Amino acid sequence: MIFSEKHELIRKLAREFAENELPNDLLDAIDEGAEYPKELLAKMGKAGFYGIKTPVEYGGQGSDHVSYVIVVEEIARASAVSAVWMSGANSLGGGPLMFSGTEEQLQKYLTPVAKGDKIMAFALTEPGAGSDAGGTTTTAVKDGDHYVLNGRKTFITTAPVADWAIVYAKTDFSDKARGKSRGISAFIVDMKLPGVSCGKAEHKMGIIGCPTSDIILEDVRIHKDDLLGEENRGFQNAMKTLDLGRIGVAATSIGVAQGAFDEAVKYAKERKQFGRRLADFQAISFMIADMATKLQAAKELTYRAAQLKDIGSPEAGTAASMAKYYAAEACNEICAKAVQIHGGYGYIREYKVERMYRDCRVFTIFEGTSQVQQMVIVGNIIGK
Amino acid sequence: MKIFVLVKQVPDTNEVTIDPVTGTLIREGVPSILNPDDANALEEALALKDKHPGTTVDVVSMGPPQATYMLRECLAMGADGAYLLSSRAFGGADTCATSTTLAAGVKKMGDYDIIFAGRQAIDGDTAQVGPQTAQRLGIPSVSYVQKVREVKDKTVVVERALEDGFEVVEVQKPCVLTAIKELNTPRYMTIKQIEDAYKAEITVWDEKALNVDTKTVGLIASPTQVMKSFTPPPKGAGEMLHGTIPEMAATLVAKLTEKHVL
Repeated sequence: MIFSEKHELIRKLAREFAENELPNDLLDAIDEGAEYPKELLAKMGKAGFYGIKTPVEYGGQGSDHVSYVIVVEEIARASAVSAVWMSGANSLGGGPLMFSGTEEQLQKYLTPVAKGDKIMAFALTEPGAGSDAGGTTTTAVKDGDHYVLNGRKTFITTAPVADWAIVYAKTDFSDKARGKSRGISAFIVDMKLPGVSCGKAEHKMGIIGCPTSDIILEDVRIHKDDLLGEENRGFQNAMKTLDLGRIGVAATSIGVAQGAFDEAVKYAKERKQFGRRLADFQAISFMIADMATKLQAAKELTYRAAQLKDIGSPEAGTAASMAKYYAAEACNEICAKAVQIHGGYGYIREYKVERMYRDCRVFTIFEGTSQVQQMVIVGNIIGK
Repeated sequence: MKIFVLVKQVPDTNEVTIDPVTGTLIREGVPSILNPDDANALEEALALKDKHPGTTVDVVSMGPPQATYMLRECLAMGADGAYLLSSRAFGGADTCATSTTLAAGVKKMGDYDIIFAGRQAIDGDTAQVGPQTAQRLGIPSVSYVQKVREVKDKTVVVERALEDGFEVVEVQKPCVLTAIKELNTPRYMTIKQIEDAYKAEITVWDEKALNVDTKTVGLIASPTQVMKSFTPPPKGAGEMLHGTIPEMAATLVAKLTEKHVL
């Protein structure tokens, strides 16, 4: 894709930010367990990274999906965990509100999320309902002006530090809704409410520095003003949000893949064996050719999905699934080859590709596994 | 307060090479950037705007039409308006002719309290355009500003960097101040301001708009001519002397004599 001058300038901003604010020693410390610096999160907010396509009247930047992809890509190129922090507010955090929020909800919740003043988690997955989100067993029972929520959500990104969470819960208990995606509603849950607690932060393989945990809901009373969208229409909201999230994961994937690719090329030109540079061996150089080609293909799919979203195309959903599927898989392959080119050094923490290899493993899993993306893609071709 | 900032689009010299045969810069494929010292100049203007509500910051550049990209970058950092002085008649200018054009542009832009400029541009390294523009406008200038201490009613108090320290200068407004990188750290653009920058109008003025005599601008009004540019050859490896001190001293004297240094 050939970008407009405006989008080039947005890339320049994101690249400069990544070069100046995400130095290796900091990223290593975060990967070793240091807390992600709050000042860095604040700086990303100041540059506008949390509300890239959120309308200006709700604290956002009023830009588009192509800009969103560019920023996520450039940040992920240096640091996958930083990309997860910033893309979350744009997609899984802000998305549900943008799709279904009332004016009051947008002012109250979307505005501080877009500015980076508050953190919104997205709580759909449950221990028994991962890919099968229709199997949600968290319940919300109406009681006067309130709903009473009970259940457990799992693998929720940013849950331990979130101010609020969008929680999806069953509100239709009739036979025809049992075990199906219908009859689910979305709620905005204040994490400080009585009955809300978090499990302990998971020890993850990668994306270390952005905590993930369970959210436990025990008789949590949510006022009806915090019902998001129509009752029983929450699943549609979740699916639209995930469409958006998939573009974000695709963008993160092409960013990390670019980062690993850059390291691989640099190393292949430096490292000498048998009296020649690694890059002079055909086996290595063909690997690099494959990596470059697949990276470019992944980029084109991702940019196209963003562009289709910007023009409101009905093909945008399928395009987002294709981009997420292909880019996440390609990123894993590129990172694996980057480690291979580094040989033994690629297995050592001091080399960036070791972290990238761990970070990218989740890309084919979260926000819809590769297999779920295949289901979505083929569902749109030959029907469900 | 009204502040103007003189800015220039320059090739990123970190990536520039010189054609060894023709002795000219190879500009193809080299990205153009906002001159680094000018970014410091703009930052200081924007910092004063943050501190003194009601302040406006306008940027002005002399350059080819594609310099609008750099001007939009300035708008995206927070400048209020952008002016481009662009015409074939202005082309090929040295610092002398450039300052004539910039001074004419500044006069047309209206009243001002302070003009900031970068100390020097990384493509020419002359450090002349800021002070020359002040000269043509008939106002004082302070170069190498490392800190703006205070903006008073009629004056500005600044620190001017010297080789081994600094001096404090109180200068009459309006004035030209040239910025060094120690002055501040330029802020990032924001995405919203990039969006706004592409909706903004950039005012473009040519020699007719500025009402300047074409004999006073551009190549024909430029007494400086670049004869040749070249990359200095790297120095050869040094030679370590060995032996006792008297021996080494004797060898050194012999070698220096041989090279006609002594």
